[in-house]
Amino acid sequence: MSASGLRGTGTGASRVLGGLAAAGLLWVVVFGLVLSPPDAVQGEYVRYLYLHVPAAWLAYLSFGITALASGLYLWRRTRSLGWDRLAGASAEIGVFFTGLCLLTGSLWGKKTWGTYWAWDARLTTTALLFLLFLGYLALRRIPALPEVRAKRAAIAGLVAFIDVPIVHKSVEWWRTLHQPATVKVEDAEIDGLMLFSLFVGVVAFTLLFAWLLLHRTRVAWLEDEVEARGLDLAIAERLAEGRAVDAAATEGPEVRA
Amino acid sequence: MFRDALLVAGKDLRIELRSRVTTNQVAPFAVLVLVLFAFALDPDRGVLGRATAGLFWVAVLLCTLLAVQRTFALETADGTRDALRLSGLDPAGVFLGKLGAVVAQLLALEVVLGVGVAVLYDTSVDTDGASPVAVVAALVVTALVATLGLGAAGTLYGVLAAGLRVRETLLPLLLLPVTAPVLIGATRAFESALDGVPSESWPWTGLLAVFALVYTAVGLAAFGPLLEES
Repeated sequence: MSASGLRGTGTGASRVLGGLAAAGLLWVVVFGLVLSPPDAVQGEYVRYLYLHVPAAWLAYLSFGITALASGLYLWRRTRSLGWDRLAGASAEIGVFFTGLCLLTGSLWGKKTWGTYWAWDARLTTTALLFLLFLGYLALRRIPALPEVRAKRAAIAGLVAFIDVPIVHKSVEWWRTLHQPATVKVEDAEIDGLMLFSLFVGVVAFTLLFAWLLLHRTRVAWLEDEVEARGLDLAIAERLAEGRAVDAAATEGPEVRA
Repeated sequence: MFRDALLVAGKDLRIELRSRVTTNQVAPFAVLVLVLFAFALDPDRGVLGRATAGLFWVAVLLCTLLAVQRTFALETADGTRDALRLSGLDPAGVFLGKLGAVVAQLLALEVVLGVGVAVLYDTSVDTDGASPVAVVAALVVTALVATLGLGAAGTLYGVLAAGLRVRETLLPLLLLPVTAPVLIGATRAFESALDGVPSESWPWTGLLAVFALVYTAVGLAAFGPLLEES
């Protein structure tokens, strides 16, 4: 890709993807805010769920992709910096949606359960997941050679992912052994159109995720490229300087002589 | 591998014995943390006695951070990291050696902390329904297995953060969330044992053992590649 021909990180396919995601999100907005009737039990606050459920899904999807890409990077036969960039991009988007999931969840919880936070297994695991991958992103931010960064990040990403089932198990035991769940929502029947819209929301968010992932990975590639070219440029400049000094040195004695 | 591990562990422990960083800095720090907890949670209300297990393990976690940072600080000065790499020692052996040294120091600190909570928090074991031997066995095995897990995760993240410019602030952020299951498991196991029902602490010890095994295995596999570069 030449620098002059580069107008953005989009391609025809990614534009179609982006268009579909936008259309799906529009439906979620229109349905979630206008068409959806208030829920019998949860009232207007049911509207949070159109944001909350897809965000939760994306949180798990993105960290799964990060772990998979990290594994592919560590496996010698598939080692490529592309996997590293994909893992980083996915984790970045994942941290955002995990944050969104926790935020909408606690706002919804305040209105429905009467509390922002409950130390239930799923909530606690999600919060720890958020913190684990914040650490992962912090590790990625540290300046280092791309290969060094990629290897450390891949190991950290995989280890964090391995930790999730152990965390979940421990929190689950802890909360069930010592006290019964403090909050429970009655299993209300979900209206057909609501279910459909939740489904559309999940699909639209997944498309949005794919679109963001594609662009973020390409931006990461460009960042690496800029760094590499900057280095090449600096080396070329220093070499040119050196040659100028050499030339001056070889000419120098003649003048003096 | 095990011979290399013994060499590295012996070297680290010898450095500790001579420099006395653990005895002169980390152990007083651990006691200080116990005192701080007493300031934060009013001693008169009995919170300290009830929360002993949790406070003990939080103090151990903080000491783990210091011990891990210390063990890798040893390898950053004067290019000792390169020397370690050139020494021809098996990286898995180096991992086990570092792990062994960290675990040995943490176990010594836990003895200090154990005496500390017994004295300062007036913690007593409720042995009405269970034999004292079972209670002590549950406490000791839990401490051993939990410390092994903390040491393994700590050594793995220690080498991951070693050589990076911001390791002091990065290590806690990386290590503490990962060790959450150890804090939960060890605290519950201690609580059960202190309440006189050691039989309830064994499932937690099992979970801690799984954690220790997983992180030791990952550490053995990842230590070589991580030591190679940077």
